[in-house]
Amino acid sequence: MAKPDSLQGSLDLLVLKILSRRPRLHGYAIMSAIQERSGDVLRAEEGSLYPALHRMEEAGWIRARWITKDTGRRARIYELTAAGRKQLAAEESRWQAVAAGVNRVLRTV
Amino acid sequence: MPLWSRIANVLRGDRLSREIDEELQSHIGEAIGHGRDPAEARRAFGSALRHGEESRDIRLAVWLDSLRADAVFGWRQLMKRKTTSAAAILSLALAIGACTAAFRLVDALLLRPLPVAHSERLHAVAFQGLGANGKLQTYDSCSYPMYRAMRAAVRQQAELIAVSYADRCDLTYGSDQEMEKAYRQFVSGGMFGSFGLQPAAGRLLTENDDLRPGAHPVVVLSHDYWTRRFARDPQAVGRKLRMGDRLYEIVGVAGDRFTGTETGTVTDLFVPMMMKNPVTLASAWNFWLRTLVQLQPGVAAEAVQERLRATFRAIQEERAKTFTVSPKQLEVFFKEKLVVEPAPAGRSNLQRDYRRSLAALGIVVALVLLIACANVANLMTAQAAARGREMALRIAIGAGRWRLVQLVLVESAWLALLATAIGACFAWWSAPFIVGMINPPDNPARLALPADWRVLGFALALALGVTLLFGLAPALRVSGVKPASAMKGGEDPHSRRRLIHALVALQIAFCFVVHFAAGLFVATFDRLSNQPTGFSAERILNLEAVAPRPQPPEFWNQVAEHLRAVPGVETVALIGWPLMSGESWVGDISVGGAPESEVYSDFLRVSPGWMEAMRIPITGGRDFRAGDTYPTVAIVNRAFAKQYFHGGNPLGESFEKVDAGGRVRFQIVGLVPDARSRDDMRLPIRPTAYVPFPAIDAQGTLQPIGRGTFVVRTSGRNPLALASILRREVPRARSGFRVDNIRTQQELNRQHTVRERLLAMLSLFFAVVALLLAGIGLYGVLDYSVLQRRREIGIRMAVGAQALDIARRVTADVFSMVLMGAIAGLALGMAAMRYVEVLLFQVKATDVAVLAVPSLTILAAAVLAAVPAVIRAVRIDPAAMLRAD
Repeated sequence: MAKPDSLQGSLDLLVLKILSRRPRLHGYAIMSAIQERSGDVLRAEEGSLYPALHRMEEAGWIRARWITKDTGRRARIYELTAAGRKQLAAEESRWQAVAAGVNRVLRTV
Repeated sequence: MPLWSRIANVLRGDRLSREIDEELQSHIGEAIGHGRDPAEARRAFGSALRHGEESRDIRLAVWLDSLRADAVFGWRQLMKRKTTSAAAILSLALAIGACTAAFRLVDALLLRPLPVAHSERLHAVAFQGLGANGKLQTYDSCSYPMYRAMRAAVRQQAELIAVSYADRCDLTYGSDQEMEKAYRQFVSGGMFGSFGLQPAAGRLLTENDDLRPGAHPVVVLSHDYWTRRFARDPQAVGRKLRMGDRLYEIVGVAGDRFTGTETGTVTDLFVPMMMKNPVTLASAWNFWLRTLVQLQPGVAAEAVQERLRATFRAIQEERAKTFTVSPKQLEVFFKEKLVVEPAPAGRSNLQRDYRRSLAALGIVVALVLLIACANVANLMTAQAAARGREMALRIAIGAGRWRLVQLVLVESAWLALLATAIGACFAWWSAPFIVGMINPPDNPARLALPADWRVLGFALALALGVTLLFGLAPALRVSGVKPASAMKGGEDPHSRRRLIHALVALQIAFCFVVHFAAGLFVATFDRLSNQPTGFSAERILNLEAVAPRPQPPEFWNQVAEHLRAVPGVETVALIGWPLMSGESWVGDISVGGAPESEVYSDFLRVSPGWMEAMRIPITGGRDFRAGDTYPTVAIVNRAFAKQYFHGGNPLGESFEKVDAGGRVRFQIVGLVPDARSRDDMRLPIRPTAYVPFPAIDAQGTLQPIGRGTFVVRTSGRNPLALASILRREVPRARSGFRVDNIRTQQELNRQHTVRERLLAMLSLFFAVVALLLAGIGLYGVLDYSVLQRRREIGIRMAVGAQALDIARRVTADVFSMVLMGAIAGLALGMAAMRYVEVLLFQVKATDVAVLAVPSLTILAAAVLAAVPAVIRAVRIDPAAMLRAD
């Protein structure tokens, strides 16, 4: 059983954001980046990450291709598409709005 | 786009699975590389299988993927049993193909709307009245003055269009020697306009081409004729052609798909009404055209019908003043009723003659299809039963019921689709083949048989319907499998057998109906073609000749004399037109100055020696002599003597032929037995008076003759071998003569039974197919039941059952079903035959022979089908059987 998702539905946003900053990452690198950048607060489970990546790929937000690494191992790397960039902007502003709203509630109550 | 890529992913599912797997492995490798514990890294993924499935489901359309998987699985199932599958597919293909072909014919002849604007508003005027035999009859011919009166009456509500019957006429683009044939239709000038048709070249006819009799020598070609005769040469417009003694100019070509309003005949030339011969045009008595009604938008057909009825009544009253008939005849005359019927598919005699035949054939092939479906359904049920354990396992590991239904239905769909594909090829070939058999070869029926979305849609609907028909019951049964009982192998076997047995009964019932119908049609054809004609048609060739400028009778005799000298010719005689060609000349007969009889007599002009050439013996008096003329002498047949002389000896008596011109007196010089001249084979031979070929007018001068037929009896067996020689010899004998048409007498005789022959042949063919299918089905069912009961049979034999007893047990159930099916079929057949009674001749649905033949055939087939299963049952070795379990 997968652990409860600590990302509260923001996985797509994080993946898109990370790919916009650092294109051509494979799945493990994306997972590590989320952990690292959030200062170990957020953790993406493998069980959620890959289905999310594949879903976004089918939606046309990200694009994948295979590369062969120096170690000789093949890896599947992802990068953002134009549609993904648009989606990122939309998700980002939605997140900002939600966060601002939540903060306002926390402040006033 | 995403949906598309998901559908595309279905097609490369294996690669997709591999990629997903590889990516996960790569991730784990990466994690280990970064120093994570390998076991922990793997555990973090949970079930790799589940992740793989999840990712897979995201990346492709699940429903399609399952469909694909089922299709692949179904295909493998079919390939596993190649012979059974092939047999099922071929029998279905034959039935589906036949159904599609029948649909193509029915659609092309009766359903498909004419390619004109608003064909749904197109209607036709017809008249219903009591025929001579007291039955309701419908005819649809009008005279031109009638059309004019009706058109004037409904000018505000509808556009009335007059179209003549399409006739085959002679025309030439050069000299008389280069005469050719074409189908001509006289049409009212407004037709093209109200049909909204566009020209492919030049212009079409308009109201202005239809103003004064004889003043508009123009024609419009059909696109089909333009293509055949001129290879779509635009220069054809403006060319001149000669028909009769008039020159016509081609002014245009009609649009691509319009081939006239007479479905079954492709019109070549459209000619303005006003160019019909002026006498016919003015005659209120000459019924030679159809009236079509193109309603204005929003006008109801009933309203137009009301108005036209009033007009028709007025016309009838006017007409009644001009003739004297008995009050009873007058009453019948006034009972005639005008009706306006929808005619979106055009109007033709072919439609009228073949409507019922095609419907009967359609039902026969539909029954054959149902028989084939029952076979496949039995096959699928037996197979589903054999796969009971597999299905139970599927359910046990979590397959949904719907998923199993889909699995079995997809397999059925494979069968249906393959069968439809093969059947489509069969229909492609067979529909034109049947159209080709409808009319005699020199005058073929032509139907546009496009393979378009209508036909495609029908075939696909058929495939779908058939799939559900034979696939649904086994599919639902499979989905209802209870895993626990199936795994134990103990499901109730009777329920399955009940379905199979019911299907057997159904098959036999349908098979019986098909055989019954085939028997009736074959008997009808047999009786009709063996109807005595009273003359010998063997080795007779009819040379229908014309003299464009009428020639005196002695010149005709000279040509006949010349032909007698041609090697291979036995005798030559002259007649007005060939026997059985459909032409006729009737006259009222008056004996001893009495009022004319109510029964007409046929008249035929023949030369001396004609009786002998046709092998009609002269039973009393003499043949015509060289100097005999019309009028004064006549030879009459027995029916004539019976009708007008009460069976007494008419020799030496005289009668009068009464017509508009007065009374003409004839003396009877000879008596001959009855011989058929034109009649429908179904009617008795009519009273006939033969009169001399040469005619004299009131002043006693011989009349020149414009057309006649040389009847040639050849010494060779095949009269057609002489056809081309004789065609050349006629103009050589005397210039001014030309052979217009050559037909053997046998061909002319045969054309009266073309429809019956077609029906008999096709229904017989399908009866054989139905019997074959039902036989195979029965064999399969019996074989399956022996297989199922082999344990029981083994035990019975072990305790001493006799072979006969085993045979009885194995076949008893099925044979009681056969019996029930036969009885049901008999009832069904008797009930259905009322609708085809008009197609039958001298044979009734209650004739013993008609009932016995199908019963015995089907019984014999059933016994034959049972033999292998019985042998198999009797040969079961109890010891081996019991040891096996």
